[in-house]
Amino acid sequence: MNRYRVSVHIVPRKGLLDPQGKAVTDALHALGFAAVDDTRIGRHLVLDVHAESAGAAEASVKTMCDKLLANPVTEDYQIASTVTV
Amino acid sequence: MKFGIVTFPGSNCDVDAIHAVTDALGQTAVSLWHRDHDTQDCDVLILPGGFSYGDALRAGAIARFSPIMQEVVAHAERGAPVIGICNGFQILCESHLLPGALMRNAGLQFICDWVHLRVEGSAPLYLSGYTPGQVLRIPVAHGEGRFVADDATLDALEHGAQVVFRYCDAVGTVTDAANCNGASRNIAGIVNAAGNVLGMMPHPERAVESLLGSTDGLALFESLLAQVGA
Repeated sequence: MNRYRVSVHIVPRKGLLDPQGKAVTDALHALGFAAVDDTRIGRHLVLDVHAESAGAAEASVKTMCDKLLANPVTEDYQIASTVTV
Repeated sequence: MKFGIVTFPGSNCDVDAIHAVTDALGQTAVSLWHRDHDTQDCDVLILPGGFSYGDALRAGAIARFSPIMQEVVAHAERGAPVIGICNGFQILCESHLLPGALMRNAGLQFICDWVHLRVEGSAPLYLSGYTPGQVLRIPVAHGEGRFVADDATLDALEHGAQVVFRYCDAVGTVTDAANCNGASRNIAGIVNAAGNVLGMMPHPERAVESLLGSTDGLALFESLLAQVGA
């Protein structure tokens, strides 16, 4: 068994109002960052898992996202990185 | 009639629910711990408001896996009444006993206030004590109460008459201004297709005594009593 550190981004699904993200976009505009079109605020999870391979670790984390870590109604998730630890 | 009120770590409206059921409705209530597997032959199960597991991950996401939820799901699948209020509604959605999800209020602020609700839909178990279109005054207290679902789900809820409470103004008109948390189509409460599982963000258990400002929530519990029997 190898150990992997898998990072997951979870963000509110596009098209759904993200009031935190909107507040931050408005604040950035107020600061003069007119280039910002949209901000979405979600969660970043870092999981240390043991698995036979990096692919198996990612598959396992995807199942975790589908069952618990992300809400399929409101959120999208993406595995950002998988590194050996 | 016997009510079971489930207490999760972080529930804080369980005692209010017990008070409403026993002192206002005159029925029996037992407190059920989230780790229990025995629902003690209760006729009705209530998942109360609060912040189960500190809302970690998402409101209701962890409570869904509490041991007693297996029995709550079985109770619901038998067609027996299950009510989720506020955090309880969030748990029912996370458990897939009800469709949709509850997201952060559109205005970002936690809302603790009185709101008006219009009674609609078809759920005799909970609504027989109300008249269709009746306007209720019931308190809300939530930070993540904005009901969302995709359009197909919302249409199915509407066609099935499963939307039972909608945020409205004092005369019953459903307006954007009355939509306190920005919920899709002003939805404040829904039932499942069978009509036995109710989820709502407002707190009917806090509106059962005139001393506390409203008795508009009492008829919900009286409807149950009339339909299920003492």
